[in-house]
Amino acid sequence: MITAIVNVSLKAGVLDSQGKAVHHALDSLHFKSVNDVRIGKQIVLKIESDDKTEAMAEVEKMCEEILANTVIEDYAIELI
Amino acid sequence: MKVSILQFPGTNCEYDTQHAFEALGASTEIIWHKSESIPSDTSLLVVAGGFSYGDYLRSGAIAQFSPVMKAVKDYADRGGKVLGICNGFQVLTEAGMLPGALKRNESLHFISKHHTLKVENSDNIFLENLHNGDVVNIPIAHHDGNYFIDDAGLAKLKANNQILLTYSDAEGNVQNPNGSVDSIAGVCNKEKNVFGLMPHPERAMESILGSDDGVKMLKGFLAS
Repeated sequence: MITAIVNVSLKAGVLDSQGKAVHHALDSLHFKSVNDVRIGKQIVLKIESDDKTEAMAEVEKMCEEILANTVIEDYAIELI
Repeated sequence: MKVSILQFPGTNCEYDTQHAFEALGASTEIIWHKSESIPSDTSLLVVAGGFSYGDYLRSGAIAQFSPVMKAVKDYADRGGKVLGICNGFQVLTEAGMLPGALKRNESLHFISKHHTLKVENSDNIFLENLHNGDVVNIPIAHHDGNYFIDDAGLAKLKANNQILLTYSDAEGNVQNPNGSVDSIAGVCNKEKNVFGLMPHPERAMESILGSDDGVKMLKGFLAS
């Protein structure tokens, strides 16, 4: 069994309104060291396979087809 | 004139849409998303508004894989006319049938109110009863209506007159409620047979209820 952790976030250059709102909140709580906040989502998949190369190819296909909208989002995959 | 209206789990504007088109004299049929075909006499297919699949993952993301969507794509490829309203617009962008994507509103708030829109390009069947620069009053009701497209895509939209409507004030000056690129409220594909917009023309059919400007818009489809 392979666990795939997919992180999906808005592309650099696409305004992240939620990140901006959280940044303001942190600022008002006096966390002054924060330069930028980006919010994304994490999707954890349990894959019935022992072949990491194969699993990676499959998860990449999932990301392209549905898990991310590549018009506005980037994705990163980690296999465990 | 037959208008077929798609219904996914979570769609909630199908009956308003049906009422609007029947008031204009069309016959209508509601098509459940499990159907693998659409009626052969369909002259307009509407992807109605709502919250298909609870907006899980992203608005419109799951609906694009419903069985009926293959038939919808074939229909559009053959030149059939398709209109996506609100969540229907989100479904059509997710399905790659319209350019761009809809993000969370810049304010992060759900916005539900009447808004004035400026007609940008009326050289298409949808807006042929209007003129460039006209202002219409149409309700908006969305959380994810912040239209995004990259600079190259925006240049193409402009070059092909694909921007249908922009959010404006009553005089037609830009007034952007949700952060959309260039204040865009609706677009069409290059071939001008697939249309999408966040505002709800089907909710603007009676002046006593605030506006009947939706009549001028939806009537365009009936002329063909």
